[in-house]
Amino acid sequence: MDFIVKYLWLIPVLPLAGAGLSALLKPGQRRLAAALAIGPLGLSLLLSCAALAATLHHGAETGLARSTQDFEWFAFGQSTVRLGWVLDPLTAIMLLVVTFIGLLIFIYSTAYMAEDEHFGRFFCFLGFFAAAMLGIVISNSLLLLFVCWELVGLASYLLIGFWFQKPSAAAAAKKAFITTRIGDVGFLLGMLWLYAHSGTLLFYDGGHGILEQSTVTHLAALTTIGGMALSSAISILLFCGAIGKSGQLPLHVWLPDAMEGPTPVSALIHAATMVAAGVFLVARVFPLMSAGPHPGALEVVTWVGALTAVFAACIAVAQDDIKRILAYSTVSQLGYMMMGLGTGGVAVGMFHLTTHAFFKALLFLGAGSVIHGCGGEQDIRKMGGLRKLMPLTFACYAVGTMALCGIPLVFSGFWSKDAILHSARHWTVSQIPFYLGVAGAFLTAFYMTRQICYVFYGKSATHAHESPPAMTLPLAILAVCAIMVGFLGTPIWPWFDSYLSGEPISFHAGRLLEDGQLPVMLLSTAVVFAGAGLSAWVYGKSARTSRATDPLEVLQPSLFAWLRGKFFIDELYDATIVRLNAAFAGLARWLDATIWTGAVNLVARLTRAISLLDRKVDEAVINQGFDGGCEGLRVSGQWTAQGQNGQIQRYLRAIAVGFCGLLLLLIWGCR
Amino acid sequence: MPSELVFYPLAALTLAAAIGAMALRNLVHCALSAAAAFTGLALIYLDLNAEFVGFAQVLVYVGAVAILIVFTVLLTRGADGPWRASAFSPGWVTGLAITGLLLACLVLPVLMSPSLKRLAPPSATAPVADIGRQLMTRYALPLETAGLLLTAALVGAVIIALDETRPVPPPADQSLPRRKPQLEESPR
Amino acid sequence: MSPPLFAFLVFSACLFSVGFAGAILRRNAILVLVGLELMLNAANVNFIAFWRYGPHPQALTGVMFALFSIAIAAAEAAVGLALVIAIYRHRKSIQTEQFDSLKG
Repeated sequence: MDFIVKYLWLIPVLPLAGAGLSALLKPGQRRLAAALAIGPLGLSLLLSCAALAATLHHGAETGLARSTQDFEWFAFGQSTVRLGWVLDPLTAIMLLVVTFIGLLIFIYSTAYMAEDEHFGRFFCFLGFFAAAMLGIVISNSLLLLFVCWELVGLASYLLIGFWFQKPSAAAAAKKAFITTRIGDVGFLLGMLWLYAHSGTLLFYDGGHGILEQSTVTHLAALTTIGGMALSSAISILLFCGAIGKSGQLPLHVWLPDAMEGPTPVSALIHAATMVAAGVFLVARVFPLMSAGPHPGALEVVTWVGALTAVFAACIAVAQDDIKRILAYSTVSQLGYMMMGLGTGGVAVGMFHLTTHAFFKALLFLGAGSVIHGCGGEQDIRKMGGLRKLMPLTFACYAVGTMALCGIPLVFSGFWSKDAILHSARHWTVSQIPFYLGVAGAFLTAFYMTRQICYVFYGKSATHAHESPPAMTLPLAILAVCAIMVGFLGTPIWPWFDSYLSGEPISFHAGRLLEDGQLPVMLLSTAVVFAGAGLSAWVYGKSARTSRATDPLEVLQPSLFAWLRGKFFIDELYDATIVRLNAAFAGLARWLDATIWTGAVNLVARLTRAISLLDRKVDEAVINQGFDGGCEGLRVSGQWTAQGQNGQIQRYLRAIAVGFCGLLLLLIWGCR
Repeated sequence: MPSELVFYPLAALTLAAAIGAMALRNLVHCALSAAAAFTGLALIYLDLNAEFVGFAQVLVYVGAVAILIVFTVLLTRGADGPWRASAFSPGWVTGLAITGLLLACLVLPVLMSPSLKRLAPPSATAPVADIGRQLMTRYALPLETAGLLLTAALVGAVIIALDETRPVPPPADQSLPRRKPQLEESPR
Repeated sequence: MSPPLFAFLVFSACLFSVGFAGAILRRNAILVLVGLELMLNAANVNFIAFWRYGPHPQALTGVMFALFSIAIAAAEAAVGLALVIAIYRHRKSIQTEQFDSLKG
């Protein structure tokens, strides 16, 4: 295990090196650019598999496997800043998810972006993103995690705005960056507060790390504003970063706009990995979040997640862009993950993250395939009947949809969503999140079925063709995973749970019946089929007839308008925060133009005045004085030289006079 | 013993001749007047029992210096400018004043000093043999130095006064390389 | 009766003054040299007079001094007159006020 841990840093560094080299390439070298992205990530995948194997092996021997490696970054005064990486089950699982799905998406991109002229740049940025994301995963220091967090944000900006010539894409990239940045302010504050109390930012440090027993209990014992435990307050601040990055309410506004980027980007970053980083962060600092008798932070997480889940699902019902529906679906599912973390713990949330990564990536890649096949069309009302024209895509997409809705027993989404609902049902604080979760499940089934009806059923409105194998093969692989991964976390054999917590498990079929599992499963199944059935009835007909207007719009025009308008949150923000910001910017501009510029000009003028004065003094006093002196000397010399007229006789006279004077001096002096 | 009868007339004559040498217009007259002054001085030396000096004075000054002056006057004819021009430089009043000052400065101390009112000791001789002996012993170095000086003066005077406009005659021996004739134009 | 010493000295002073007056007043260079000779001669008179009226005439100091003075004065006169001739050749004039190239 230690061998792997020593070389764990290669996992992010290899893709980074590939991206660095790729940046130096000429535009024509497409194959090399793709190879420089796919190759290193493939190697990272192999290393991640080795890491997983190592943890399994080690875990079998000694319970929970965890190994760290630190180094000192710099020292100031007495304190030092240490960075490092950690290998434990959480890390291993996340590494595998990121590298596996990442690799599949990279391969998919070679076909999807084949006609784009900036192919090389795309793969360079993808490699950079992969490196930063893997950095977040392996980091043992909150500081290093934050650094990679920001780098991931940068990569997201670069990739959303990949087609920056389009003004909407450039605006979306800016919006994403700024919105996540707002969350990061909370993150930073939490980090600073934590550092102030603990003196270190390492997670695991031989007993002194911030997630280890001694520090956690110490922080939980201290109280702060409103009687809250210090650990809860810090955790809430850290969660602000997760709100921004994972698109929770109220900072969800950037995620749908981020669909301006190419579809592989949406699949990788805004479905499977980057947005999951927020969930990962909560999972990582879970010991801190859950410390103390009344962990207030977990309550906040649960409520935010639950509300987001329902909110986003409502909006998704009224959207027409295929990617936007999936984006809101992602927001909703992230809410579910947060709810799972808050009510059930790390394993519940992480399990849904893992299954979601697979089927959401599948759905996005499938959507990309559909868009590619329809020649760039993204409006579902203009698609139709693709079931017959793109059968492979349809099959994979259907698997993904069923996994997302949570069709029972076969598909992974069922098991993971159920785990969440189960733990929400048994939440001691309140039952409302449970009901919100159930409502969300209903809506999820509803809008996904709507999407299927519009895209794949009805008469074909466009001329479409199946996608090349480079695109359909990853789809197939992901579809298989979307089914198989679910079996890792069933109550019968909770491998996922035991892997993450280190406790041993056994295969026990009876577990399905105990602990209130079965009622929840039955309820969720009923809700899913109800939603799907209703949607099929409503949209199945219109799919075959006209699709100019949505039936729901006819039924409830005002409600529909609200949903389609995304509850006008963007407009609200625009009218308040953005306007305030613009006003402040205007004030800053005025300050700069008049006061600061004025001050600078004043200084400049003063300097010029002094220099002018200096010049005058130099000319008048110094030059004139000196010249005058020299002139005086010259004139006096000239006047004196008149005595020397070259006439010897005058000299003789002068000598005689002088001689007489001397003589008299001698005579009278000696008397 | 120097006698008053000899000295005072001679002194007066010598002074007159000197004044003449300095005041006369005709240069030759000046030269001759100077010669007369020198002669007067020689006679005063004879009166003072310094016979050798007196004769040396005659030989050198009258016989050489005065002649030389005459030669020079004759060689530099026509250099006096227009006849009407003054022989004295302008500002002669200042010059006379300075001369008067000088005379006063020289004479007054002499007249005011009592030790100078003495009369001559009875006898004093300057035998030539003694002069010769002194020259060869005590004043050997000044003698040799004077000889050197005279040689230098002789050579120098010849070179300074050499007329460089005359062509140099060719050497007698034809085998020796020819020297280019030195034709130096004197600026006019 | 011998004249007192100061007579000789006064005579010598007058002769010196005459020579000096001529040296600074005459415009001809030759006459400047003549005045110079007179001044030297006046000094010689002083030497001889002091020798004669002094305490040790047997030392012949004054006589020797006068002799050397005569010799040197003659040499100097020769050189000076040679210079005058040379100047005459160059400038065709020996008026002292014309030779002021050293004026400053």
